[in-house]
Amino acid sequence: MYDSMLGAVEMGLLYAFMALGVYITFRILDFPDLTVDGSFTTGGAIAAVMITNGYAPWLATLAAIAGGMLAGMCTGLLHTKGKINGLLSGILMMIALYSINLRIFGGKPNWSLMGDTTLFSSINPLLVLPFIVLFVKILMDLFLRTDLGLALRATGDNARMIRSLGVNTDNTTILGVSLSNGMVALSGALITQYSTFADSSMGIGMIVIGLASVIIGEAIFGAGNVFRATLAVVLGSIVYRIVVALALYVPWLRPSDLKLITAIIVIFALVFPSIQRFLKQKNMARKRSLELAEQAISSKRGGTIDA
Amino acid sequence: MKKRNIFAGLSLCFMLVAAGCGNNNAAVNSGNATSTGNAPTNAGTADSKTYKIAISQYVEHPSLDATREGILAALKDAGLVEGENLKVDLENAQADPANNLTIAQKIAADTNDLVLAIATPSAQSVVQALSKSSKDTPILFAAVTDPLDAKIVTDLEHPGGNVSGVSDTNPEAINRLMQFIATQFPNVKKLGIVINEGEPNAVIMADIAKKELDKHGIELVKAAITNTSEVKQAAESLAGRVDAFYITLDNTVVSAVDTIIQTANDKKIPFFSSDRDTVEKGAFATVGFKYFDHGYQVGQMAVDILKNGKKPADMKVTMQEKLDLILNLKAAAAQGIEVTDAMKKEVADQANNIIQ
Repeated sequence: MYDSMLGAVEMGLLYAFMALGVYITFRILDFPDLTVDGSFTTGGAIAAVMITNGYAPWLATLAAIAGGMLAGMCTGLLHTKGKINGLLSGILMMIALYSINLRIFGGKPNWSLMGDTTLFSSINPLLVLPFIVLFVKILMDLFLRTDLGLALRATGDNARMIRSLGVNTDNTTILGVSLSNGMVALSGALITQYSTFADSSMGIGMIVIGLASVIIGEAIFGAGNVFRATLAVVLGSIVYRIVVALALYVPWLRPSDLKLITAIIVIFALVFPSIQRFLKQKNMARKRSLELAEQAISSKRGGTIDA
Repeated sequence: MKKRNIFAGLSLCFMLVAAGCGNNNAAVNSGNATSTGNAPTNAGTADSKTYKIAISQYVEHPSLDATREGILAALKDAGLVEGENLKVDLENAQADPANNLTIAQKIAADTNDLVLAIATPSAQSVVQALSKSSKDTPILFAAVTDPLDAKIVTDLEHPGGNVSGVSDTNPEAINRLMQFIATQFPNVKKLGIVINEGEPNAVIMADIAKKELDKHGIELVKAAITNTSEVKQAAESLAGRVDAFYITLDNTVVSAVDTIIQTANDKKIPFFSSDRDTVEKGAFATVGFKYFDHGYQVGQMAVDILKNGKKPADMKVTMQEKLDLILNLKAAAAQGIEVTDAMKKEVADQANNIIQ
């Protein structure tokens, strides 16, 4: 139990990069990017192929990030220059990446890294991962405070306003989607090294995990400002993994219920704030009516009836 | 308000933890029972010890489900009955790679007498997770195409370590089927294959088939698909160009095999497959086995480990042993094939393997 919780935290941290990537497109750019399912595998594929061919793990990881950024750039170009709907350009890139990933895999859709040197082979992931995640998170926070980062955030909030200030929103969108998919590919590369294999189907369902992490994080930890929101996303990713790991221990759940659990977690996270709001309003209404009743009583006692 | 938010999240976690702990205690208790040997016994079971095994299956799929049933049947025949003296922790990742890892970690964290992994990704992650937790729980894999390529074991004869199992691809089966096609169907010059190149097992099997076909001067024509909805179109695109159809143990293609059978029957094209189940459905022939038998073979190894104290390190990784040519006469009629006596002669077990 304890060990599998530690494993869940490790995986939560590994998937946190992907969740941060999804946060960039989904929350900051307000761009529903489905490239994720493809670019995650791209990262894994590049890392696996390079490491098996004797390249240094860190170099393979950097190459994976570059590959992901390239994929994101294509999605951004399709959307901005090609004027294709955002959802559709992501989907198009995702299916294109399926074939591209198989090309990267060199026609061998499952690569095993057992026995190869990876980033995690001589070090306990739990000792280094929190720091790497924190480092990347802080780097991202700092970037989002620069002029370019602010332009990026404004693109999602109010594109027309920031265009009037002379910012090219096409470029900021392309940059944002590239960065996002670079993060996603980094996550894929790390997961590949952590689980010691890459498979052509490893990216399936990633966007759901990413969105779930973002939504859960925001619901539990709040999203007041960027610094807090990115922290919430990282923690959301960990919470999500822990919940899935715990679900495996619930005796009356069947293995086939796993997807349902995911859906319920996300629904809970989405609905919870509105239930809270509803209760708060009810409370306020009750208080207000009490106040009014009191006022009415007191006015009866002391007041005279106006004719 | 924000405080309450955190509180709610924590309470959700806490609920699950509570559920988890409750179950975990049960597991610990059963562990104690195993070590002291005073587990509740039912009359009729020869063994007084309660065993705990975990099964990690990658996805719900007819062949993999049959494998699991075969494993449990072999255990049952040896007196290990689920719910009596056998606790089975069955997990299924539903083809979700992240859940697959989480399941492997859970299995590695629990105390088990034996871990079974069905399909390549499950085996890879279970082996990795257990080696990380530095437990030497024995692991057996089933339905893995190429355990060497997947680096699940490094040596088939002497696996060493704590992993062994049965591979479900016997290259001999593919070679025999290709030879059968070459000798009995002299007019077949092009063999069409519908394949998802994202599946490792499909790619490996297609390569083996191609090597054998090259010897006989037959060309393998590929139609690639990525999901079940594309299978029909791929089969129809091949129909005009090839003299026969062939499919591997390609999960995606097997799931949509009915559409290929339809095309084969409409266009009168002989259809060869890679597993018995599809021949029973309406493909003409295969050299193969039942996945239930495959699971049973793994189950017998499991019995050897649990009851006879064998170690996976000394159990060699086997291929599927029981191979036979399986013919479907109804499919032959539908696909315009004349089944000759020479064909029937190649079937060893004519009573079971010639399907009327």
